[in-house]
Amino acid sequence: MMELHQGALDTKEIFGRWLDEEASSNYGAYIPFVGTIRAEDEIEALSFDIYEPILKRWFDEWQDRAAKRGAIVKMAHAIGDVPIHTSSYISAVFSPKRRVALELIDEFVEDFKANAPIWKYDVINGSRVYAADRSTPMDGAGLLS
Amino acid sequence: MVRVEFLGPIAREALEIDASSVQEIADRLREDETLREWLPKCAVALNDEMISDLSIELKDGDRVTILPPVCGG
Repeated sequence: MMELHQGALDTKEIFGRWLDEEASSNYGAYIPFVGTIRAEDEIEALSFDIYEPILKRWFDEWQDRAAKRGAIVKMAHAIGDVPIHTSSYISAVFSPKRRVALELIDEFVEDFKANAPIWKYDVINGSRVYAADRSTPMDGAGLLS
Repeated sequence: MVRVEFLGPIAREALEIDASSVQEIADRLREDETLREWLPKCAVALNDEMISDLSIELKDGDRVTILPPVCGG
Protein backbone atom coordinates (compact mmCIF):
# COMPACT_ATOMS: atom_id res chain seq x y z
CA MET A 1 0.00 0.00 0.00
CA MET A 2 1.01 3.59 -0.63
CA GLU A 3 -0.12 6.59 1.39
CA LEU A 4 0.41 10.34 1.02
CA HIS A 5 0.17 12.77 3.92
CA GLN A 6 0.14 16.55 4.17
CA GLY A 7 3.29 17.60 6.04
CA ALA A 8 5.67 15.51 8.17
CA LEU A 9 4.99 11.80 8.62
CA ASP A 10 4.04 10.31 11.96
CA THR A 11 6.57 7.51 11.51
CA LYS A 12 5.76 5.59 14.71
CA GLU A 13 2.05 5.53 13.96
CA ILE A 14 2.58 4.38 10.37
CA PHE A 15 5.22 1.74 11.11
CA GLY A 16 3.14 0.46 14.02
CA ARG A 17 0.05 0.25 11.85
CA TRP A 18 1.94 -1.57 9.09
CA LEU A 19 3.25 -4.04 11.64
CA ASP A 20 -0.28 -4.64 12.92
CA GLU A 21 -1.58 -5.10 9.36
CA GLU A 22 0.88 -7.91 8.72
CA ALA A 23 0.88 -9.37 12.24
CA SER A 24 -0.63 -12.66 11.05
CA SER A 25 0.77 -12.72 7.51
CA ASN A 26 3.63 -15.06 8.43
CA TYR A 27 6.43 -12.82 7.15
CA GLY A 28 9.74 -13.58 8.80
CA ALA A 29 11.38 -10.23 7.98
CA TYR A 30 10.19 -6.60 8.21
CA ILE A 31 12.68 -3.95 7.12
CA PRO A 32 11.70 -0.30 7.51
CA PHE A 33 13.47 2.68 5.95
CA VAL A 34 13.09 6.23 7.30
CA GLY A 35 14.13 9.34 5.40
CA THR A 36 14.64 12.32 7.73
CA ILE A 37 15.17 15.96 6.72
CA ARG A 38 18.66 17.04 7.78
CA ALA A 39 19.55 20.56 8.86
CA GLU A 40 21.94 21.93 6.22
CA ASP A 41 22.46 25.04 4.10
CA GLU A 42 20.17 27.22 6.24
CA ILE A 43 17.04 25.38 5.18
CA GLU A 44 13.96 25.47 7.41
CA ALA A 45 12.18 22.66 5.69
CA LEU A 46 11.94 20.74 2.45
CA SER A 47 8.79 20.88 0.38
CA PHE A 48 7.42 18.32 -2.07
CA ASP A 49 5.16 18.24 -5.13
CA ILE A 50 3.85 14.82 -6.12
CA TYR A 51 2.15 13.66 -9.30
CA GLU A 52 -0.02 10.94 -7.85
CA PRO A 53 -1.33 9.10 -10.96
CA ILE A 54 2.17 8.16 -12.15
CA LEU A 55 3.47 7.57 -8.64
CA LYS A 56 0.64 5.09 -8.14
CA ARG A 57 1.54 3.21 -11.35
CA TRP A 58 5.21 3.16 -10.38
CA PHE A 59 4.32 1.81 -6.95
CA ASP A 60 1.93 -0.83 -8.34
CA GLU A 61 4.73 -2.14 -10.57
CA TRP A 62 6.94 -2.49 -7.51
CA GLN A 63 4.16 -4.28 -5.67
CA ASP A 64 4.04 -6.78 -8.57
CA ARG A 65 7.82 -7.22 -8.54
CA ALA A 66 7.79 -7.81 -4.79
CA ALA A 67 4.91 -10.28 -5.08
CA LYS A 68 6.96 -12.42 -7.50
CA ARG A 69 9.45 -12.82 -4.66
CA GLY A 70 6.78 -13.51 -2.03
CA ALA A 71 7.19 -10.05 -0.51
CA ILE A 72 5.23 -6.81 -0.16
CA VAL A 73 6.36 -3.19 -0.13
CA LYS A 74 4.70 -0.26 1.59
CA MET A 75 5.51 3.41 1.45
CA ALA A 76 4.35 6.76 2.78
CA HIS A 77 5.41 10.19 1.53
CA ALA A 78 4.76 13.76 2.59
CA ILE A 79 3.20 16.45 0.40
CA GLY A 80 4.06 20.12 1.01
CA ASP A 81 6.43 21.41 3.69
CA VAL A 82 8.33 19.07 6.00
CA PRO A 83 10.44 20.70 8.76
CA ILE A 84 14.01 19.64 9.47
CA HIS A 85 14.46 16.66 11.79
CA THR A 86 11.13 15.18 10.75
CA SER A 87 10.38 12.53 8.14
CA SER A 88 9.20 13.00 4.56
CA TYR A 89 9.47 9.42 3.33
CA ILE A 90 9.24 5.98 4.83
CA SER A 91 9.01 2.58 3.25
CA ALA A 92 9.18 -1.02 4.31
CA VAL A 93 9.46 -4.51 2.91
CA PHE A 94 7.90 -7.61 4.40
CA SER A 95 9.13 -10.97 3.17
CA PRO A 96 9.19 -14.58 4.30
CA LYS A 97 12.99 -14.49 4.78
CA ARG A 98 15.48 -11.70 5.39
CA ARG A 99 17.58 -11.94 2.19
CA VAL A 100 14.73 -10.94 -0.12
CA ALA A 101 13.74 -8.07 2.18
CA LEU A 102 17.30 -6.74 2.40
CA GLU A 103 17.70 -6.81 -1.38
CA LEU A 104 14.27 -5.37 -2.12
CA ILE A 105 14.55 -2.42 0.25
CA ASP A 106 17.79 -1.44 -1.48
CA GLU A 107 16.36 -1.76 -5.01
CA PHE A 108 13.05 -0.15 -4.07
CA VAL A 109 14.52 2.91 -2.32
CA GLU A 110 17.09 3.48 -5.09
CA ASP A 111 14.48 3.28 -7.84
CA PHE A 112 12.23 5.52 -5.77
CA LYS A 113 14.94 8.18 -5.79
CA ALA A 114 15.43 7.81 -9.54
CA ASN A 115 11.89 7.43 -10.89
CA ALA A 116 9.16 8.40 -8.44
CA PRO A 117 7.48 11.58 -9.81
CA ILE A 118 8.24 13.78 -6.80
CA TRP A 119 9.85 17.24 -6.85
CA LYS A 120 11.82 18.62 -3.95
CA TYR A 121 12.26 22.25 -2.92
CA ASP A 122 14.38 23.83 -0.19
CA VAL A 123 12.41 26.19 2.01
CA ILE A 124 14.60 29.17 2.87
CA ASN A 125 13.13 32.30 4.48
CA GLY A 126 9.71 30.99 3.62
CA SER A 127 10.42 30.63 -0.13
CA ARG A 128 10.56 27.40 -2.10
CA VAL A 129 13.66 26.85 -4.23
CA TYR A 130 13.70 23.82 -6.56
CA ALA A 131 16.49 21.41 -5.55
CA ALA A 132 17.82 21.24 -9.13
CA ASP A 133 21.32 20.06 -8.21
CA ARG A 134 20.00 17.07 -6.24
CA SER A 135 17.38 16.06 -8.79
CA THR A 136 17.78 13.32 -11.39
CA PRO A 137 16.24 13.04 -14.85
CA MET A 138 13.83 10.08 -14.92
CA ASP A 139 14.46 7.06 -17.14
CA GLY A 140 13.77 8.05 -20.75
CA ALA A 141 14.37 11.76 -20.20
CA GLY A 142 15.22 13.86 -23.25
CA LEU A 143 12.67 12.29 -25.59
CA LEU A 144 11.42 15.69 -26.76
CA SER A 145 14.78 17.45 -27.02
CA MET B 1 -6.39 18.90 -29.47
CA VAL B 2 -3.77 17.42 -27.20
CA ARG B 3 -3.27 18.87 -23.74
CA VAL B 4 0.37 19.28 -22.67
CA GLU B 5 0.94 19.65 -18.93
CA PHE B 6 4.14 20.69 -17.17
CA LEU B 7 4.78 19.29 -13.71
CA GLY B 8 6.74 20.41 -10.66
CA PRO B 9 9.18 23.29 -10.99
CA ILE B 10 8.57 24.07 -14.68
CA ALA B 11 5.73 26.29 -13.47
CA ARG B 12 3.92 26.82 -16.76
CA GLU B 13 0.31 26.77 -17.74
CA ALA B 14 -0.83 23.76 -19.74
CA LEU B 15 -0.94 24.11 -23.54
CA GLU B 16 -3.51 22.86 -26.04
CA ILE B 17 -1.69 21.72 -29.18
CA ASP B 18 -3.08 20.38 -32.43
CA ALA B 19 -0.79 17.37 -32.98
CA SER B 20 -1.15 13.86 -34.36
CA SER B 21 2.08 12.39 -32.96
CA VAL B 22 4.50 12.82 -30.08
CA GLN B 23 7.03 14.00 -32.67
CA GLU B 24 4.78 16.96 -33.48
CA ILE B 25 4.58 17.84 -29.79
CA ALA B 26 8.39 17.75 -29.65
CA ASP B 27 8.62 20.03 -32.71
CA ARG B 28 6.27 22.55 -31.13
CA LEU B 29 7.90 22.59 -27.70
CA ARG B 30 11.40 22.97 -29.18
CA GLU B 31 10.32 26.31 -30.63
CA ASP B 32 9.75 27.60 -27.10
CA GLU B 33 12.85 29.36 -25.70
CA THR B 34 11.71 28.98 -22.11
CA LEU B 35 11.60 25.19 -22.45
CA ARG B 36 14.99 24.78 -24.12
CA GLU B 37 16.82 24.04 -20.87
CA TRP B 38 14.12 21.75 -19.56
CA LEU B 39 13.46 19.42 -22.50
CA PRO B 40 16.76 17.44 -22.46
CA LYS B 41 16.14 16.63 -18.79
CA CYS B 42 12.43 15.86 -18.94
CA ALA B 43 10.69 12.53 -19.21
CA VAL B 44 7.30 12.23 -20.92
CA ALA B 45 4.04 10.48 -20.15
CA LEU B 46 0.99 9.94 -22.36
CA ASN B 47 -2.27 9.66 -20.42
CA ASP B 48 -0.19 8.97 -17.28
CA GLU B 49 1.89 6.20 -18.84
CA MET B 50 5.62 6.81 -19.34
CA ILE B 51 6.63 6.74 -23.04
CA SER B 52 9.92 6.54 -24.93
CA ASP B 53 8.88 6.70 -28.59
CA LEU B 54 8.36 9.84 -30.68
CA SER B 55 6.38 7.98 -33.34
CA ILE B 56 3.42 7.27 -31.06
CA GLU B 57 0.24 8.64 -32.62
CA LEU B 58 -1.98 10.99 -30.67
CA LYS B 59 -5.72 11.47 -30.76
CA ASP B 60 -8.05 14.23 -29.72
CA GLY B 61 -8.24 14.51 -25.92
CA ASP B 62 -4.88 12.85 -25.19
CA ARG B 63 -2.83 14.25 -22.34
CA VAL B 64 0.95 14.58 -22.60
CA THR B 65 2.77 15.25 -19.34
CA ILE B 66 6.27 16.67 -19.06
CA LEU B 67 8.18 15.48 -15.98
CA PRO B 68 11.32 17.37 -14.93
CA PRO B 69 14.16 15.78 -12.84
CA VAL B 70 12.88 14.22 -9.64
CA CYS B 71 14.09 13.91 -6.07
CA GLY B 72 11.75 12.15 -3.67
CA GLY B 73 12.43 11.37 -0.05
